[in-house]
Amino acid sequence: MSDNLQPRGSDDLTLAQPLYTPIKRRSFFMYAGATAGASALLLAGCSDDSDNNTPSLPKGNSTTANGAISLGSGDVGVLNFAYALEQLEADFYAKVAALPNGSTILGAPAFAYFQQVAKHEAIHRDFFKAALNRDAAGQTLRGLTPKYPAATFTDKANILGTAKAFEDLGVSAYNGAGKLIKTPAYLVIAGQIVSVEARHAAYIRDLVTPGSFAADDIVNAAGLDVARTPGEVLTIAQDFITEKLDGSSVGVN
Amino acid sequence: MDLLKIFSEIEKIDGEVYERFDTRRRVFRHMAGLGKTITAATMPVMLGAMFNKAYGQTTGLSADIKNTLNLALQLEYLEYYYYDAGLKTPGLIPTADVPAVTIMRDDELGHINALKGVLGADAFPDPTLAAFDYTAGGKLAPFAAAAGYYATAQSLEDTGVRAYKGGAPKLMANKDILTAALNIHSVEARHSSHIRMMRRTLAGSTNGGDIAGGTNNANPKSWVSLRENGGPLPAVTAPIYGPGTTTDFPGEDNVTQATVNVQNTTTYPTVPGVTFTDALKAAAVAEAFDEPLDDLAVKAIARNFRSAVGVGKGLFV
Repeated sequence: MSDNLQPRGSDDLTLAQPLYTPIKRRSFFMYAGATAGASALLLAGCSDDSDNNTPSLPKGNSTTANGAISLGSGDVGVLNFAYALEQLEADFYAKVAALPNGSTILGAPAFAYFQQVAKHEAIHRDFFKAALNRDAAGQTLRGLTPKYPAATFTDKANILGTAKAFEDLGVSAYNGAGKLIKTPAYLVIAGQIVSVEARHAAYIRDLVTPGSFAADDIVNAAGLDVARTPGEVLTIAQDFITEKLDGSSVGVN
Repeated sequence: MDLLKIFSEIEKIDGEVYERFDTRRRVFRHMAGLGKTITAATMPVMLGAMFNKAYGQTTGLSADIKNTLNLALQLEYLEYYYYDAGLKTPGLIPTADVPAVTIMRDDELGHINALKGVLGADAFPDPTLAAFDYTAGGKLAPFAAAAGYYATAQSLEDTGVRAYKGGAPKLMANKDILTAALNIHSVEARHSSHIRMMRRTLAGSTNGGDIAGGTNNANPKSWVSLRENGGPLPAVTAPIYGPGTTTDFPGEDNVTQATVNVQNTTTYPTVPGVTFTDALKAAAVAEAFDEPLDDLAVKAIARNFRSAVGVGKGLFV
């Protein structure tokens, strides 16, 4: 029966598959000294018995030696990381939603949807702020100052392109941060938000190019979405944020 | 490839490496015998099999992980055969939508293969198309027209999104498996969003529902709004948007996350000409967070789509 199942994108499937059958080979990678596998394990294996308040790990919203703002460590770092991204998204959509000529630029239906997405992102942002203030008082990341290339808000292609980039980045950020989270309740929250970001992403991608909701540039040949590390995400996001962020301790404790 | 050097390096870290392959002597006898027939091309395959045998079985998956992934796998079969059957029904899917449905079908196959790869011998066997009843006992007509076909597709995808979300905490012990599951989960959400758009197009609408949300069964938004008024066919689909088995799994209209009442903590953006009433805020907050669903509730929903053959194969029990 399984002979009838046709893989997407031909041979790529068999090449990509080992990436997602890792447990059996994991030990081998470690023993064989494959550095990528080994360092990932080191990070993932950081023991739960180390103290969240270890002096060598930075507090959320503290200033690092080179003047950057630290997102902090452990789960606080992950929450601040998400809070930073949601601040950026919320700011972007709020600016679009408030455009006096938004309906002309985007067309009335899409403009109405962008206004709805603006609410969702503001809700995400303020949820993280409230959760951090409650669970990690004094470590909540400060309000950031987003910045955008010229003409970001003046034409349809730029607005849609920026929205698409932010949504896909958000999906990959939550997918990549999931394994860094120690508290199950926070993992669930990340899951609750990432699927909404994915719904946004699919909607916006279809506006840019009909049918590109799960195109090959974002979903691999095995049908899996992209996951990015916090470092990879911040490298991209930093272009849109005035303050310099340091996410090097996110998820570490 | 210097095999002896590899084994020697491994031995520095794992002194018992040879015992894992039985005894030292037998490893080399094994090698010597194979040496006559193996080629450079087959060597990596053979080595992989050896290491799988030696180490794979010592990293056995926990019951929680196996159960969670096997439920996910059964749901993936449910989706895969649904899309496959639709694509094989002449005239059902509008020509313009065939590429999108094909992408979704192939994504589901990728998910099946990814899950089978992790589960190995523990994987739930391919139940085949005959195991499913997509009419839900005659209540649905999914293969008669595109509207009905997409309605059920949305139902299956939204069930999958909630199922992966509910299962994620049980995968935390294995970071690689958790990440793979998350990477599948968001693809299901992308699918659902696109299907909802196709349903709106069929309904002659560009944006779904009224702005307060949650009231349009045939004309949905791209995201889950409140309880969707019970979804495409409430008699079957209401539980997909409703609460789970315990209070840890509220319905999709939930506005309290991690004990934070999100509706009250949000500073809403300024939208010209729109006043945010409490009803609008509640709908937006519910839309902003998808809800997880527990495995018992997921199975109860999925059993609607199980044929007598599926019952016999132990699907969704």
